[in-house]
Amino acid sequence: MLKQIMQIDRRIIFILVALAVIIPTLLKVSFPITISEPTRKLYDYIEDLPSGSTVLIAFDYGPSSMAELQPMGTAFLRHCFQKKIRVIGMTLVTEGATLGYETMQEAAKTTGAIDGVDYVYLGFRPGTIQVMLGMGTTINNIFESDYKEKPLAEIPMMEGIKNYDQIDLVLDLASSSTTEAWITYINTRYNQKIAAGVTGVIISQMYPYLQTEQLIGLMSGLLGAAEYETLIETPAKATKRMSVQSFVHLLVFGLVILGNVAFFIQKRENENV
Amino acid sequence: MRRQVPLALCFVFGVVMVLIEFSPHPYSKFLYNEVINWSLIITPFALVLGVATLVQTHWIRIRRRAEYWQYSFVVFIGMIVMVAIGIPFGPSHKAFAWLFKYIQTPMDATMFSLLAFFIASASYRAFRARTLEATLLLVAALIVMIGNAPIGDLIWNKIMPFGENLPSTARQWILENPNLSSRRGVILGVSLGVISQSIRIILGIERSYLGGGD
Repeated sequence: MLKQIMQIDRRIIFILVALAVIIPTLLKVSFPITISEPTRKLYDYIEDLPSGSTVLIAFDYGPSSMAELQPMGTAFLRHCFQKKIRVIGMTLVTEGATLGYETMQEAAKTTGAIDGVDYVYLGFRPGTIQVMLGMGTTINNIFESDYKEKPLAEIPMMEGIKNYDQIDLVLDLASSSTTEAWITYINTRYNQKIAAGVTGVIISQMYPYLQTEQLIGLMSGLLGAAEYETLIETPAKATKRMSVQSFVHLLVFGLVILGNVAFFIQKRENENV
Repeated sequence: MRRQVPLALCFVFGVVMVLIEFSPHPYSKFLYNEVINWSLIITPFALVLGVATLVQTHWIRIRRRAEYWQYSFVVFIGMIVMVAIGIPFGPSHKAFAWLFKYIQTPMDATMFSLLAFFIASASYRAFRARTLEATLLLVAALIVMIGNAPIGDLIWNKIMPFGENLPSTARQWILENPNLSSRRGVILGVSLGVISQSIRIILGIERSYLGGGD
């Protein structure tokens, strides 16, 4: 019996994971969300900004991370649009161009934000650090036109926005090291306020920057997105997906405990023989 | 000459860029902006180089009939279709967006989603408390994992009369204390390494970036 538990067929584990995903999705279970301090700080920062302020959001991720990061983008954009905060969207990742555009369109549709007045989507330019630094001089020099190839000079929202001096916050939605680059080059050089929303696997890397306040706030993985949705009182995709994450985490937790219990019993039996 | 010219360029640009950081003079700002503009022009050439390498690699695979050479045709078809639509019409065109949304996005997301199954299986088999270090890692991982899902707090609050939301509080403590301390150590170590390596490159002591082995 013990040996069977220790050598359980991995296909059984795959089926259990599949069930832990499918059942909560079908049953639409929901759990109360506890708000973490880093997410609350980001929310409070946006709450305190006067209407007419400008934030820049960088969609630095591809489709593999969109399940975690897109809900963050949507919730954050909704909050900004509701507060009449102007948003500039861009990406440093090739694959992020279409994803960022879709996210901005989706949030604008639900809040009535107008392209060119309440938000501008600039799209992608190659050269991560050079793009960041170049925007510190003039945004127009890097992005001559928006995603739909309309010159920035003809966009009413961009009037008076020259560089980071007119931007109150940069939010980086990242699945790689771009947040660290934003901090290293833009926070340090231009004293620009930076916040981030990152995938679960890299949240531990962000905590040193949170403590030094080089990051003013952080959304950590899908849970961070669900927390932001809770704060703006608009439960959406992340809140729904929390039930799936909960059951899968619980399953892995149980499997690790079970594996270790079996391991120790077998170890004791071997020692007694 | 093949070595001296790059070494001299590296030295001049390295020293000038360091000095620019400490000078607020208009000439210094002008030079800084010029260098940024140059590098913005140079960067897209890396994409060209990437595409050329990709084409070369897969062309050789097809010519040599290497294992699974047929899949290289899929690479070429995908690349040609996206370029044929992307270059004349731009990435915001409906056809380009459709291909990205309904072909690339599901394929990419599917590959990443498979990780959930393999991680569950691997953690069951390999995550054992064999040593003290492994036990500490295991306990920290379990706390962070369960604290990262609302069900952790829910179960704890139902069965325990004390310590409301303890799993998420404990997760936060682990991230803000042991994790932060060790991460800071890593960041400081890496930064010192980067500074010393940069000085070696600027002074021409480290030359491996030139190729040739020394």
